[in-house]
Amino acid sequence: MGSERTDGTARWETTYDSELPSVDLAEAAVLAIAQSAGFDEDELHKIGIALREAMVNAVVHGNKYHSQKKVFLSAWYDEGALQIVIRDEGGGFDLSAIPDPLAEENLLRESGRGILLMQAFMDEFQVRRLSAGTEVTMVKHLAPL
Amino acid sequence: MSMKLNTRQVGDVTVIDAAGRITLGEGTSTLRDAIREIVSGGQKKVLLNLGEVNYIDSSGIGELVSAFTSVTNQGGQLKLLNLNKRIQDLLQITKLYTVFEAHDDEATAIRSFA
Repeated sequence: MGSERTDGTARWETTYDSELPSVDLAEAAVLAIAQSAGFDEDELHKIGIALREAMVNAVVHGNKYHSQKKVFLSAWYDEGALQIVIRDEGGGFDLSAIPDPLAEENLLRESGRGILLMQAFMDEFQVRRLSAGTEVTMVKHLAPL
Repeated sequence: MSMKLNTRQVGDVTVIDAAGRITLGEGTSTLRDAIREIVSGGQKKVLLNLGEVNYIDSSGIGELVSAFTSVTNQGGQLKLLNLNKRIQDLLQITKLYTVFEAHDDEATAIRSFA
């Protein structure tokens, strides 16, 4: 699991094992931050899906369930925006090599839609390839009242 | 909430009532097992009721596609019933609304298989 650290900006930092229950734990932690920040039900649903997709990519495709490899999650709310950073220790991937899930010939593929959903549900989405692993950064702005 | 499935027969149409979350893991494997059983039993008309499904991730979407392909490859048809706004949005974003036939009334859906 890892440890929780909370400072003045309510920043959440946790290290997760590369297993599917980590996805649920991460979702619950980030949704708690988003909920207290004031995101509504629909936005929480979108944040939850985007977070799950990023965590599944890190656990399944990045770390490939490797028991020695971890997933690092940071999440915080600051100045009207929820920021989420997820990093794995896998071999990395080439974003441009992922087949377009909206192309006619790919519509019946069983996988490959996770990044599409993250991009659709979050306001900002960025993937950075590291020397050892991949880092995904996502931002969701709280709509003004 | 994990995923729950109940299968019933309406005439020659097999209706699967799904409830909960269709996400990677238990949710997707439960649906996969149910479809496999239906296909191996020779059922060709399948109506998947998602009225009580509140959450689907990309793996769940992949499982819906897999179910569609399995049934279609056996010469059958798989249609969807009672899509809530969130699932409609997902099918819109993924362009799968062009693949799945969806209904919001069970009797109409059943008749459409004839």
